[in-house]
Amino acid sequence: MSKTLSAKSHSLPAKVWAGYALLALALLVAPFIVGQVGGNAWVRILDFALLYIMLALGLNIVVGFAGLLDLGYIAFYAVGAYLYALLASAHFDYHVSAWIILPIGALLACFFGAMLGAPTLKLRGDYLAVVTLGFGEIVRLFMNNLDRPFNLTNGPQGISGIDPVSVAGYGLNKGITLFGQHFPSSYAYYYLFLVCMLLVVFVCIRLENSRLGRAWVAIREDEIAAQAMGINTRNVKLLAFALGASFGGVAGGLFSGFQGFVSPESFTLMESVMVLCMVVLGGMGHIPGVILGAILLTITPEVLREVINPLQRSLFGRSVVDPENLRMVLFGLALVLVMLFRPAGLWPSQRRREELEDDA
Amino acid sequence: MSDVLLRAEKIGKVFGGLKALHDVSLTIPRNCIYGLIGPNGAGKTTLFNVITGLYKADGGTLELNGKSLIGCKPHTIVRCGVARTFQNIRLFGHMTAQENVMVARHTHLKAGVFGAIFRPPAVRREEAACRAEALRLLQYVGIGSQANRVARELSYGDQRRLEIARALATEPQLLALDEPAAGMNPTERETLKNLLLQIRNDGTTLLLIEHDVKLVLGICDQLSVLNFGQCIAQGTPEQVRRDPAVISAYLGSSAA
Amino acid sequence: MDIFVQQLFNGIILGSIYALIALGYTMVYGILGLINFAHGEVVMIGAMVTITLLRILVEMNTGLPAAALVALAITTALPLCALLGFTLERVAYRPLRNAPRLSPLITAIGLSIILQNLAMIIWGRNYAPFPPILDTTPWKILGAAITPLQVVIVILAVAIMAGLWLLIGRTRKGRAMRAVAQNPNAARLMGVNVDGIISLTFVLGSSLGCIAGVMVAANYGQAHATMGFMLGLKAFAAAVLGGIGNLAGAMIGGLLLGLIESFGAGYIGDLTGGFLGSQYQDVFAFLVLILVLVFRPSGLMGERVAERA
Repeated sequence: MSKTLSAKSHSLPAKVWAGYALLALALLVAPFIVGQVGGNAWVRILDFALLYIMLALGLNIVVGFAGLLDLGYIAFYAVGAYLYALLASAHFDYHVSAWIILPIGALLACFFGAMLGAPTLKLRGDYLAVVTLGFGEIVRLFMNNLDRPFNLTNGPQGISGIDPVSVAGYGLNKGITLFGQHFPSSYAYYYLFLVCMLLVVFVCIRLENSRLGRAWVAIREDEIAAQAMGINTRNVKLLAFALGASFGGVAGGLFSGFQGFVSPESFTLMESVMVLCMVVLGGMGHIPGVILGAILLTITPEVLREVINPLQRSLFGRSVVDPENLRMVLFGLALVLVMLFRPAGLWPSQRRREELEDDA
Repeated sequence: MSDVLLRAEKIGKVFGGLKALHDVSLTIPRNCIYGLIGPNGAGKTTLFNVITGLYKADGGTLELNGKSLIGCKPHTIVRCGVARTFQNIRLFGHMTAQENVMVARHTHLKAGVFGAIFRPPAVRREEAACRAEALRLLQYVGIGSQANRVARELSYGDQRRLEIARALATEPQLLALDEPAAGMNPTERETLKNLLLQIRNDGTTLLLIEHDVKLVLGICDQLSVLNFGQCIAQGTPEQVRRDPAVISAYLGSSAA
Repeated sequence: MDIFVQQLFNGIILGSIYALIALGYTMVYGILGLINFAHGEVVMIGAMVTITLLRILVEMNTGLPAAALVALAITTALPLCALLGFTLERVAYRPLRNAPRLSPLITAIGLSIILQNLAMIIWGRNYAPFPPILDTTPWKILGAAITPLQVVIVILAVAIMAGLWLLIGRTRKGRAMRAVAQNPNAARLMGVNVDGIISLTFVLGSSLGCIAGVMVAANYGQAHATMGFMLGLKAFAAAVLGGIGNLAGAMIGGLLLGLIESFGAGYIGDLTGGFLGSQYQDVFAFLVLILVLVFRPSGLMGERVAERA
């Protein structure tokens, strides 16, 4: 009896390890499989999914952990992206290394976050939402218009010819050659983003299970009680805001180097809203849920893009409605349906699920 | 160190046109249970909120160990050594009992962002100690077996005791309890009474708002009676019980 | 001076339109505590439907005067928008009334995406011109130009707001609405049909939005499937500026935002010594919004909520 028990207790961690190993293997070969099936375009989508995971996890600190509704989060992404574009492109002819820019980008975004948060974090929920939304729009409008009187951002045309990220002197834009076969840059960036994303996940998990994580959740649950426990709610909220922003700043820099081009169009309110949807739809405050949300919301529109036109053709013999619009209608429908049937998100934390079942 | 812990003088608080507190003065000695009683709407909770920094007093002085608390934010007052519970329980409902208490250890932990991320040995030790201390406090108030249950699932009496454990975790010199016995049955009240005495004997001064007159008269060393925002009587339970103003406030003026 | 008067007029016109839309946001917020993100799309649908109807009417050569045609078109579009508002609440918000706070926000965003893209499927990606049947010869007042249409817009907006004010302040339904906004459970116990009142709120808000949409389309001479987004955003900001949940606040906030924008557009160049041009008018508007909220955290007319322990 005792023998079987001990065998069981040994086999469990082994199973878990096997699971992790399998996951790691899947992550390692993912671009090759995806590239084989869907072509290079899909590897790029995979890269974007990784970027969005980083963004969503950053916003999750603000919205999911600390319960602060931020509708202008993409502004921090923009700050990181433009910083990279200005310091590593032909625009001013500076060519600073990505490894110097990325930390500066994180700090700068952090600084912007603190600047915005310091006077506004005392505002109640939806007022804060509007202020952050306004901030996001202000940042975008400046980027759109700062080509005069002095050409800082090159206005709506954006900045192109941005240097790629180099790892140990090897420009990732050159792609990778493996077993005599060449794979384009999206494969190389995949691994860079994967490493960054895993780091972000690690940091989030560590933060969640710390003194700070507890304080954030306490504030989300009951701000007055949190104060009465000696938590300086203003500072702790500010910290959530600034940390979340810094994640956005890093992701923005990576985006810039990967894309080689930035313009204000990438940083509209709709983008902020999308990242928020990833967080809420996945399961606010629950790291695996947020990751799932980011992956689904990046991939679904692309799948719809591929599927819709052939489907229309086979049904009606021709393209009846604009596929781009139809795709977005279906996407919107998906958002609504998921929320109606799973109000706490697709993969909420155990506790949130209980809370919802209690209320029902 | 003098034997006065908290001294409030001529505290005033006005809401709109209503004088919720009018020149209330009280002195809480160290190591006692100090009761605050009075009819509904007398201003007891308002005074609590002033002492714990949730409201800003319109006038008067408030000192803990001779240090002024006027104008301090609630979290600063906690650091000075005043902790509280709430009349309508305000736990962090979706955290476990143990996590609730751990939150209150916030000011006694040091880990910042980098400490949280890299988790050096000092932080690991700190976290382990915090976890152990939380458990100890839960056992102290008698709900050690509930440590891993989510706070909102606890019974009413256990929630009240969890609030006390949580407040104790901030290591207060003055523990302010707002109607801790409300909604408890006689057995639970008896255990609570013993717990409060135990807390005092272990060196924490208690400030107690309570409606259960039997409980208050039974355990308090000193009392203040509030009525319509004014302090109408002060003294030992024996003195207060005989005070005509108190009798009239509680039973109506004709009985006096 | 001419510029000043002109910008004042422009601000009042824009502001009264914002105010009408802001009322839709603020009424829903007051009752449900929900940002109805799809409200801007209702405004857009109102404008697009009216334009389509007008085109048909104009082609029919009815011989009716222009004002009658517009009125006819609006009276058809209005119930459509009201129905749309009613349906949105029924389908997407009501099931989520006890869900976590942000869930209905996501459904609202989803609906907004759906409506915007449906509109593009129906009306295409181009601007829909407002049939040029209305007299646009401007009057000169104090050196500034204002068209008869614009005068009508302002008067109509004021009349509608006065009507709403009376409805909510003086009628049984209005009293029920205020009761639900204060405390839905208590209102239900007093025999108020809470669900009915919520539906009514959406119907009213959507109707106001529809009229505002037509005003925008008529004033600028065109409408577009994506016009609702920015318009809704501004109006929502206006509602917050005034103190969300507060009717008078929405009106004042709307007017103020209109004025800020139009003066911003007119004077921002002078203020910054030519460094920033009128393309910064939105920056200016948002900046004022942020500053107001920093110094008056509950908006201009919002109640100061004392935090209770």
